[in-house]
Amino acid sequence: MLKIRFSCGFYTLLLMATLLLPLISSAASKWKSLEKDGIHDPDSPAMGVLQEPAAALSKLPQNTSGNMVDWVKALEDGAIHPRTNLWPETKVRIRNDDVFLEKTGEMPVVRFPHRAHTMWLDCKNCHEKYFISKKGANPITMMKILQGYYCGRCHGAVAFPLTECDRCHSVPRSKLEKIKAESRKAENRK
Amino acid sequence: MHKYGRLIMAGIILFLVFPLRAEYGDVVLNKRAEKEGMPPVIFPHWFHRIRFRCKVCHFELGFEMRAGSNNVTMQEIIDGKFCGMCHNDEIAWGVENCDLCHSGRPGLKSKIHGGHSTGGPGIW
Ligand code: HEC
Ligand code: HEC
Ligand code: HEC
Ligand code: HEC
Ligand code: HEC
Ligand code: HEC
Repeated sequence: MLKIRFSCGFYTLLLMATLLLPLISSAASKWKSLEKDGIHDPDSPAMGVLQEPAAALSKLPQNTSGNMVDWVKALEDGAIHPRTNLWPETKVRIRNDDVFLEKTGEMPVVRFPHRAHTMWLDCKNCHEKYFISKKGANPITMMKILQGYYCGRCHGAVAFPLTECDRCHSVPRSKLEKIKAESRKAENRK
Repeated sequence: MHKYGRLIMAGIILFLVFPLRAEYGDVVLNKRAEKEGMPPVIFPHWFHRIRFRCKVCHFELGFEMRAGSNNVTMQEIIDGKFCGMCHNDEIAWGVENCDLCHSGRPGLKSKIHGGHSTGGPGIW
């Protein structure tokens, strides 16, 4: 009897620790120090020379996943000024339209913003390698994305992760026509 | 319950609470480095994307967007390919700073780290 009570207490404690510790540790620091990130060698002479992620990332617009940074906002607000090209002759291409991907079942429709992407990427990073540049020509499914195809080439690796359903599935069907019209207007203004 | 069952459970739970988590988007390159007596290379995306857009490396410089697919030797880097396109004492510090790139723990595999849910594309 005593033994059972003890083990119950033990598991309650562990359970509480499981629930509380991530909160405590994430409040202390959202970013692991290089020494404790599991890939850097704590004995490397580079420790103390390399920049800590927290030192740079905590100053940028925050988010709740990936690098914990809203990289789209960081760029738009001018918090960072990453170079677009190394050579003056390289053409920097931007496209402003949104593509609405509507085969989402019960989920809200996916709004794919060309602008947010071409601010970072060139057309050739996606066309015609990962996506045919014709509306509806790509048999995208969530399963394929989770396996690392289509949007999953970048999202889940370097761009914000796939746990952020709402950031892609952002358009409720009830507002679809209204948002499409707004998007066309915004495209012409840019 | 088994004598060590509780310890193992505690271990598993603590592992879930304190996973070793590299910064999101870090890439380890270790095809040959460790075999040739150098620690694995760590490429931090977060650090570089503050300074360069993806298109600089993945379009202008032509890096493949797949961990492990740019098969480049140290000699080629010294000659100005891949990391050496910038780490040449002009755009960034030069290749003599071995430790800054070769900073990984022994035994790491070449892959993208820090992936949130999928651990990165499962297509390789
Ligand atoms: C991040 C990846 C990505 C980048 C970068 C990108 N596109 Fe696209 N593009 C897409 C996707 C996804 C679609 C939608 C395809 C679909 O509906 O199946 C698309 C659709 C298109 C379409 C068809 C639109 C329509 O309404 O029929 C054109 C044209 C196009 N892109 C041109 C470009 C150009 C030009 C650039 C560079 C300035 C570019 N894209 C950059 C992913 C990208
Ligand atoms: C990077 C953007 C992105 C993220 C993040 C994302 N999705 Fe999707 N999802 C898509 C696209 C694109 C499609 C295909 C739409 C089309 O082809 O018209 C899709 C399709 C779907 C579908 C339709 C059925 C299917 O299997 O294709 C469901 C359901 C779905 N997603 C659920 C989710 C859930 C749940 C999450 C969060 C865990 C999520 N998605 C996160 C982009 C995303
Ligand atoms: C070649 C890489 C790449 C591919 C492929 C890609 N994305 Fe992205 N996406 C990015 C990057 C980089 C950003 C900038 C934000 C970040 O890094 O977290 C971004 C941002 C976004 C945003 C945020 C826009 C905002 O205003 O906050 C949405 C929505 C999005 N992507 C949807 C998609 C969908 C849907 C697909 C597939 C149809 C897709 N992406 C494919 C790289 C990619
Ligand atoms: C300074 C150069 C540089 C910049 C800038 C850069 N990358 Fe990379 N990227 C790399 C290198 C190096 C690799 C690893 C290639 C290898 O292992 O062969 C890589 C790999 C990748 C991969 C493959 C990951 C995997 O799962 O296999 C993706 C996706 C990617 N980068 C996306 C991006 C996106 C999106 C951006 C912009 C937000 C970006 N990169 C900016 C250099 C860069
Ligand atoms: C800018 C980053 C960088 C610097 C600085 C650097 N390396 Fe490398 N090194 C790499 C990369 C990337 C690889 C390929 C990793 C792999 O897949 O094995 C590599 C591979 C190697 C290899 C494996 C064999 C080969 O030829 O590819 C050796 C040995 C090596 N480096 C030695 C050195 C030495 C010694 C220095 C200092 C004089 C140095 N490196 C500086 C990035 C760097
Ligand atoms: C587009 C140019 C470019 C390319 C390509 C590039 N780097 Fe860098 N890298 C930079 C710049 C600029 C810095 C900052 C230099 C400074 O602070 O003086 C830097 C800094 C670094 C740092 C130090 C980060 C810190 O915490 O201070 C490492 C490590 C690094 N690069 C590794 C690599 C490796 C490995 C590769 C090849 C896979 C690579 N870089 C390719 C431009 C580049």
